[in-house]
Amino acid sequence: MTPPVVIGKDLRKTFRARGNGGEVRALDGVSIEVRPGELTALVGPDGAGKTTLIRLMAGLLAADGGTLRVLDIDPAVEPQRVQDRIGYMPQRFGLYEDLSVQENLDLYADLHGVTAAERSQRYPQLMQMTDLGRFTGRLAGRLSGGMKQKLGLACTLVRSPELLLLDEPTVGVDPLSRRELWVIVQHLVREQGLTVLTSTSYLDEAEKAARVLVLHAGKALAQSEPAGVTRVAAGRSLALDPGSGNNARNLQARLLDDPEVIDAVPDGGLVRVVRAGDASAGPARNSIAGLTALPVEPRFEDGFMVLLRGTAAHEAGVDIRLQRPLPAAEAGPVVQVRDLIKRFGDFTAVNDVSFEVRRGEIFGLLGPNGAGKTTTFRMLCGLLPPSGGTLKVAGVDVRSAGAAARARLGYVAQKFSLYGSLTVGENLEFFASAYGLRGGIRRQRIDWAIRQFDLEQHEHTASGELPGGFKQRLAMGAALLHEPHILFLDEPTSGADPLARRAFWRRITALAEQGVTVIVTTHFMQEAEYCDHIAIMDGGRVLAQGSPAEIRRLAHPAEGRQASMEDAFIAVVEAARARAGS
Amino acid sequence: MKAQGAWRPKLRRILALVKKETRQMIRDPATIAVGIVLPVILILLFGFGLSLDVSNVPLAVVLEDSSAPAENLLAAFELSPYLHPQVVYSLQTADRLVMTGSVDGILTIPSDFGRRFGAGHATVQLLVHGSDANRARIIESYVDGAVGAWSARQSAEDGTTVAGGPVSIQSRLWFNSANDSHYFLVPGLIVLVMTLIGAFLTAMVVAREWERGTFEALFVTPVRSGEILVGKTVPYFGLGVLGLLLCVVSGRFLFHVPIVGSLVVLLGGSMLYVLVALGMGLLISSYFKNQLVASQLTMLATFMPALMLSGFLFDLRSMPAVIRAITYLLPARYYVSLLQTTFLAGDIWPVILPNAAVLAIMVALLGLASRAVTHKRLG
Repeated sequence: MTPPVVIGKDLRKTFRARGNGGEVRALDGVSIEVRPGELTALVGPDGAGKTTLIRLMAGLLAADGGTLRVLDIDPAVEPQRVQDRIGYMPQRFGLYEDLSVQENLDLYADLHGVTAAERSQRYPQLMQMTDLGRFTGRLAGRLSGGMKQKLGLACTLVRSPELLLLDEPTVGVDPLSRRELWVIVQHLVREQGLTVLTSTSYLDEAEKAARVLVLHAGKALAQSEPAGVTRVAAGRSLALDPGSGNNARNLQARLLDDPEVIDAVPDGGLVRVVRAGDASAGPARNSIAGLTALPVEPRFEDGFMVLLRGTAAHEAGVDIRLQRPLPAAEAGPVVQVRDLIKRFGDFTAVNDVSFEVRRGEIFGLLGPNGAGKTTTFRMLCGLLPPSGGTLKVAGVDVRSAGAAARARLGYVAQKFSLYGSLTVGENLEFFASAYGLRGGIRRQRIDWAIRQFDLEQHEHTASGELPGGFKQRLAMGAALLHEPHILFLDEPTSGADPLARRAFWRRITALAEQGVTVIVTTHFMQEAEYCDHIAIMDGGRVLAQGSPAEIRRLAHPAEGRQASMEDAFIAVVEAARARAGS
Repeated sequence: MKAQGAWRPKLRRILALVKKETRQMIRDPATIAVGIVLPVILILLFGFGLSLDVSNVPLAVVLEDSSAPAENLLAAFELSPYLHPQVVYSLQTADRLVMTGSVDGILTIPSDFGRRFGAGHATVQLLVHGSDANRARIIESYVDGAVGAWSARQSAEDGTTVAGGPVSIQSRLWFNSANDSHYFLVPGLIVLVMTLIGAFLTAMVVAREWERGTFEALFVTPVRSGEILVGKTVPYFGLGVLGLLLCVVSGRFLFHVPIVGSLVVLLGGSMLYVLVALGMGLLISSYFKNQLVASQLTMLATFMPALMLSGFLFDLRSMPAVIRAITYLLPARYYVSLLQTTFLAGDIWPVILPNAAVLAIMVALLGLASRAVTHKRLG
C-alpha cells in the first residue's frame, strides 16, 4: 500500500491570547493520517483547531511539538518544497476582488508555471466543473459567495496538486452552492484520484468523506471512517412521538435535561433522542419520559454528539424564566408584514414580502446570504425605512411610531453589537441604561440576565475575549433586559458549536412557551425544525412559507432517504430559479 | 537545491505578480487618487496658492513733513513693486493699522526731514511688525533698498557729492536669482509626492493583502517572498516615475523653474529616492500587517519628516543640534539636498555623489530588512 500523504503525530500548537496574556491551546496532541486518493474530513465546532492543523500542513505555521510529514517533507523545515506541490484554499480564499475571474485564474496558472498547452486543456475542464464559463470577464468581487468559493477552488486546481487542502470551503455558502461544491470535490477524488483534506463544521459533509477526524478543543476525539463515528451511537438512537397537540420542540427541550439523554433534536414532527449509557446493554429500555420510543438507525450526528458529550456537558439548567409574565394574548398577529419592499437605488433587496407571526410563535427566515433576511429584520426593528408596504409590530405601524414599537422589541444583530473592551457587567449596564432602566429595576434586570445566561464567572471579562458561545449569551441577555415581547435574532447560531446551539434553542423554546414572540434567521436548515413557521427567502422574495412539515413536503429526496429540510430548501430555490431563468 | 535554470520560472512569476499589481493599481480609485490626483492638486496648491515671496508689502507712511524731498521720497515708495505705501497723518492711526494687521510696518518721515536732507543727514524711522521675523527682515531690506536707491538718485541729480561718496550695497541672491519661492517649492513638492507614492501607497497595498487574507493563498504556491516584494515594487516605482515627471514638467513649464543640472542626474537621484520610499512602505506594512496602522505610521515616519525636517521648508542649519542630528537619518534630507542642487545650482558632483551614495545604501538596507520581515508565515 502506498504510504500516507500526511502523517502527523502528537501535534501541539499554543497561541498567546490577546490582552490577558493567557494561552490558547489550539492543538493539544493531535495525530492524523491522510491516505492517498482519499477524501479526509476534519470535523469539529469553531475553535476546535481545524484551521491551525491545516496551516501546519501548508507550512504557514510551525508546530510547537510533535512531528509532521507532508509528502514526506517536514513543512516547518522546508515549507517551499511542500508549497510547490500542494494546493491550498484558505477559509477566506484570497481572491483578488478587483481582478476578473480569468485574471485570477491566469495569476495562479502563472505562479504555478502552467504552460499554455496545459491551460488550453485545463481551463475548459475547470469552467465546465465550476460553471463559471459565463463569468470569466466578471470581477471576482462581484460574484456571489458560492461562485467565489468555486473560483477559489478552481485557482487551486490550475494544475493537479499532490494534496489539496480545503479549509471550510462551504462556510457562509448557501445550501445549493454547498451541494455543487461537494459534487466537484467528490468528482476530483473519484475521477482524478486526488488526495483531499477538507475541514468542515457541517456534519452531513463530513459523512461524505472516506475518513473523518473529529476535533474538539484541540484534541482528536476519533479518527475513522464516518460509519465508525456513527457506530458509537449504535443502539442508542430513538425517535419519540410527542403525541397529537404536543409540540416536538417543547418535548425536546425537556428531554435534554434528562440525565439518560445525550442529545435530543426535533426532527420532522418527532424528537430524535440519543440515549446515554452502555450501548452493549442492548435496546432494553424503549420508553423515555413516559413516551414510547422507537429505535431508529443512528446517524453520524448522533455519534458525533456522543463523542462530544464525552468531553463537554450540556449547560445545566438553561430553562430561562421571565421575571414578569407577559400580558395575555392580544387578538390577531403580533407581527404583520404586507407587501414589504426595500430598494437601494435600482437594486431591490426585499421584494413584496408578506408574513404574519402570532404571539409565542417562533418564526424562522431561511435563506442564503444576500436573500434579504437582514434587510427585512432592520425594517421590522424600525432601523431602516421601507420603500413600500405595511409593517405592524405589536399592533403599531413601525413607520409612524418607531420609538413606541421599539420599546417592546429586543434585537440581537448578526455580529452581536457588543463593546469588546467593556466587561460583561459593563455591557449589561450600558444596555440597561440605553433601554432607560434605572435604580433597583436596573440592578434586578442585570442580575437576572447574568443568572439566566450563566455569566457569573465571566462578569468581569472583557466581552471581546469571551468564547463565541458566551458572546451570544451576553448579546441575548442584553436584548432581554427590558423584557421585550418580541425578540429578533439575526443569525444567532452562526459559528456556534452544536452544544452551544442546543442550549440556545432551549432558551428560545422556553421564552416562546412563556409568550415571547421570536423571529430568527438562520442558514442551518436543521434549525428550521425548531420553528412553528418558516419562510424561505431568496433574491429578496419569499419563495415558500408554512410549517416545517409543510415545507419538507416540497422536497424531492434522493431514493430511499427521508426528506430533510435542506432537500426542501434546495428544491424550492431551484424551482424558483428555474422559473426566473425560463 | 537551486537549479541553474531557475531564473526562468522566477521571472515568469515576477512578471505575473507585476501584471496583477498593475491591474489592481489601475482599477483602484484610491491609488489613482493618491498617485495622480493628489500630486496634481499639490502642484496647483503649492504653485499658485502657496508663495513665500514677499511683494506688495502694505506699509503705513506717517508723513509729518510736506517738503519737496519728503513728497519725492513717498513717490519713490509708491513706484516700488515691493511696497504698497498708505499715507496717514498721525502715528496713532498708523499704530491702529499695524494692530489690525492691515499694514506690516510704519515708516515715519519726520517734520524736519526736508531741512535735514538739505544738510545731508536726513533720517526716517521704520517700525516693522516682527511676528514673522523672516518677513520683517525682508521688508526692512526692501525699505532700506528703496531709501538707498532714492538718495543715490537724488545725489546724482543734484550733482552734489557727499564726502566719501554715496555707497550703495548691491546685494544679489545666488541660485535663486529671481528670488522666486517656486524655485525651491517645486523640488520640495517632488519630495512630498515621491514620499506619498512610494511609502504610503505601497504600505497600504501590502497591508491590504495581509488584512484580506489574499497573501495566505498566494503563499502556498511556488512563489518566493522576495518575488512578492519585487512584484510590489516595480509597478509603484513606475507610478513614482510618472508622478516625478508630472512635477518636473509642471515645475518647468507652469512655474518656469529652471533645471540648471542635467535631467539624467535629476531622474537618477529621484529613482533612488522612490526605491527608498518603497522600501520604507514595504517594511512598515510587512511588519504591522494592518492598513490603518501602516498608513498612519508611514505618514508619521515618512511624510511628516519629509515635510518638516528635510530642509525643504525649514532651514536645517537653524535647527537645534539634536533635531539636526535626527535629520541625518531621514532619506528625504539627502534627496532635498540633491534635488535643490540639481535644479538650481547644476551638476555639482561633490554634493550629488555623497547624497546619492547615502540613498543607495538606504535602498540596500531597506531591501534586506523587508526581505527579512516578509516571511511566508502566518502568526
